[in-house]
Amino acid sequence: MGGMALPQVAPVETPEIQEAPEDDRPWVTIVWDDPVNLMSYVTWVFQKLFGYSKEKAEALMLDVHTKGKAVVSIGARERMEMDANQLHGYGLWATVDRS
Amino acid sequence: MFRRNGSQCVATFAIDEVRVLRKVAGEVVGLLTDGMDHGDPVVSRLFPDIYPDRPDDSAEFRLYTEGELKTGKIDQAGAILAALPDEGEGEVRLDGEAAEAWLRAINDARLAMGTRLDIRADTDLSEELETAVVRDPGSSRVFQLSVYAYLGYLQESLLNALPEIE
Repeated sequence: MGGMALPQVAPVETPEIQEAPEDDRPWVTIVWDDPVNLMSYVTWVFQKLFGYSKEKAEALMLDVHTKGKAVVSIGARERMEMDANQLHGYGLWATVDRS
Repeated sequence: MFRRNGSQCVATFAIDEVRVLRKVAGEVVGLLTDGMDHGDPVVSRLFPDIYPDRPDDSAEFRLYTEGELKTGKIDQAGAILAALPDEGEGEVRLDGEAAEAWLRAINDARLAMGTRLDIRADTDLSEELETAVVRDPGSSRVFQLSVYAYLGYLQESLLNALPEIE
């Protein structure tokens, strides 16, 4: 199951100069259910793009289908924007948000 | 419909299928090249806002990415046109890369048609088609629904014909 972005977590340390507290929640790419995309196609895209196993890709696809949406990758904002953009290339309906 | 032959995905298309595929691929290219109208629901579906609640961030992201995304979509529709026989019926043989372009392009065409036809999660396609036939068998809606259904079968057959991703 290669290719999954690891969560970007700030290292635990106490900086000497405390800056304004930043929101350090990671970003996520969300895929939304839509009535056109075939289930088999969505599964194939998750395998192809993220390198997920067939089992994981199918489970994610079913999440999208039954719950209306699913988080498909987690990480830095720029990385999530790239993922969403690539998903748009495949015709999946993807957005980026804070986790 | 596609089947596997060695490392390729192969399909034999009748003359009507070639015409339909040429038409839908051409329509996708047309939609993307004739000064895209972002108020068009088809364009919004093919190029969704990346931040639904932050229009400014979405617009900025779009500024940097839309050109390439659009070119990719035109190229993948072009892959359909390039592989089809010039005239009449014929065989189409796709290697892995071409098969991927076809899958993506068929999907764009289905998204465009599905949006125009107002396909929803609970739409029963055969029921919808029956209703449209009863109303007027020669209508454009009957034709569009049939093509939409055909593209779904074609896409599924191509997915099945692909080698397994390891």
